[in-house]
Amino acid sequence: MRKVTTLIVGAGQAGLAMSRELTARSIDHVLLERGEVANSWRTERWDSLRLLTPNWMSALPGMPYLGTSPDGFMSMGETVALLDRYGAQVAAPIEANTTVQEIQSIDSGYLVQTDRGSWKCRTLVIASGACNIASRPRWSSELPGKIASLTPMDYRAPDMLEPAPVLVVGASASGAQLAREIQLSGRDVVLATGEHVRAPRRYRGLDIMHWMEACGIFGRRIEDADDARRARRVPSIQLSGGDPAETLDLNSLQDIGVRIAGRAMGCSSGTIQFSGALANVCALADLKMNRMLGEIDAWIDEQGLVGAVEPVERFRSTELPDDPLLSLDLARAGIRTVIWATGYRPDYRWLGLPVLTPRGELRHDRGVVDAPGVYVLGLPFMRTRKSSFIAGVGADAAALASHLHDYLACASRAAA
Amino acid sequence: MSVIDTPRTVLNGVNVDALLGARVALESAPPAAAFTWKATAEWQDGVHTRTSINGFHGLGEDHRRERTFAIDTDHPPCFAATDLGATPVEVVLAGLAGCLGAGIATVAENRGVKLHSVKAVLEADMDLFGILGIDADVRNGFSAVRVNFEIVADASDEDIRAIVAQSQKRSAVFDILVNPTNVVVEVN
Repeated sequence: MRKVTTLIVGAGQAGLAMSRELTARSIDHVLLERGEVANSWRTERWDSLRLLTPNWMSALPGMPYLGTSPDGFMSMGETVALLDRYGAQVAAPIEANTTVQEIQSIDSGYLVQTDRGSWKCRTLVIASGACNIASRPRWSSELPGKIASLTPMDYRAPDMLEPAPVLVVGASASGAQLAREIQLSGRDVVLATGEHVRAPRRYRGLDIMHWMEACGIFGRRIEDADDARRARRVPSIQLSGGDPAETLDLNSLQDIGVRIAGRAMGCSSGTIQFSGALANVCALADLKMNRMLGEIDAWIDEQGLVGAVEPVERFRSTELPDDPLLSLDLARAGIRTVIWATGYRPDYRWLGLPVLTPRGELRHDRGVVDAPGVYVLGLPFMRTRKSSFIAGVGADAAALASHLHDYLACASRAAA
Repeated sequence: MSVIDTPRTVLNGVNVDALLGARVALESAPPAAAFTWKATAEWQDGVHTRTSINGFHGLGEDHRRERTFAIDTDHPPCFAATDLGATPVEVVLAGLAGCLGAGIATVAENRGVKLHSVKAVLEADMDLFGILGIDADVRNGFSAVRVNFEIVADASDEDIRAIVAQSQKRSAVFDILVNPTNVVVEVN
């Protein structure tokens, strides 16, 4: 049994940023990592993926981006190298290849069982990421057994798929990127889309991320959201990091031959049924995009930047097929693979603490978990809209480290 | 909603405060949110049926209304029928219009938009080859439904479109029409 003041579960950007903050406060700690630093980036992403945020946003506390290509997008290899470098810079005390199996509450804190021995700690930071499990609709099990069923976490490259048409379910960032890559590989893609978020890659001459950061959209706080749960569940923006960076939306996908359909609702006898609400989910996405662009335009006006940046632009509404698909007989369409790009969720099966809602979500207030001395980092819109970004985790780590420091001080005083 | 909140000015006759209050209350009591809607029906003569609607279940109990609503459905003379009521498929359009209209008024109320008039024209296409069994590839039901709203309100065109989009997103009848539902019909 080893003892430490704080255990951090996970050595990705969140765990490393927290390690730096704890070191700065002289709080002894250890990071338990099931693999190596940046394990999810290393092992659970497809080959061609690049970060959706430009390089200038790949900055961590104490390590600004100093490369020569601030507008480029890092490959997974580059992202892993970045986090490896950061781990070395902050001298994070990492126990690699150590999987947490169970965490229990004990009198003086928490007992953490791993596959390499057990630990006792007073405080705990859950930095194991928001995307441990690829969600699939419950009815995905109805798919005929001879159809290959993959998630973006299993998918690596188109050549692993049979040379036949593919159904991609879900048109957020992952689904839209995979639909493009697979269609361009010569396999016809049908893309089922429910509600989605659309944005141009570049706007008025700059990356959309520049404007979302500059005009305060990313800095927006969860306590100011009308409905926190809804805000946290907003799907990822249809974006792709590439060289050159191009807009990825239902129009650009249809331009290369992808067929779009409504949200996939079920499967019966080998036939997938799609919602007939495609027109409305596209209208909602167009309206929301235009509202965001309007907000950016207003900010540019306010700052007196008109003239210094390119003029206002509006993009064509999402084109709808003349007769959107309502059902698809997979065998008749020759579809051999279905990819479920229907979201991700964290895995808390090892967390033996009564801190989960009936829906399996962690009960927390802006990262302060509903158990003494327990914190979480890196969840979507946890404190601000950029909480789950590499660029957003630093501020959250600082705020929670300061809370953790005060918690330890109070607990010591109470004990004394 | 607590009693010390200043009630908002009602613009469209929708009690949004009550609805928002119900939302908060139901979120912590999921069983109360489970509603069952009911109707009873009796065949009259020919292709004329009268459906009566009164009771429903929700908020953990059965409810009765003071009056029973009756909806007659029949078919027009060109179907060699007595035309004592709208066709069942037209009643479906009424359901869609009623649901979207309620949604538009509610969303507008919630967004502080005063509505002056909301008019809709609804059309549904149907190929009789389906119900007549002439072509097995033609479905019985609608091949397409179109709703055209004309709305006069104190809001921009874009805001009005956003209200209509949101009302579809939250509409029960829209969902019933666009998404599959398991339907079980039994005989006692």
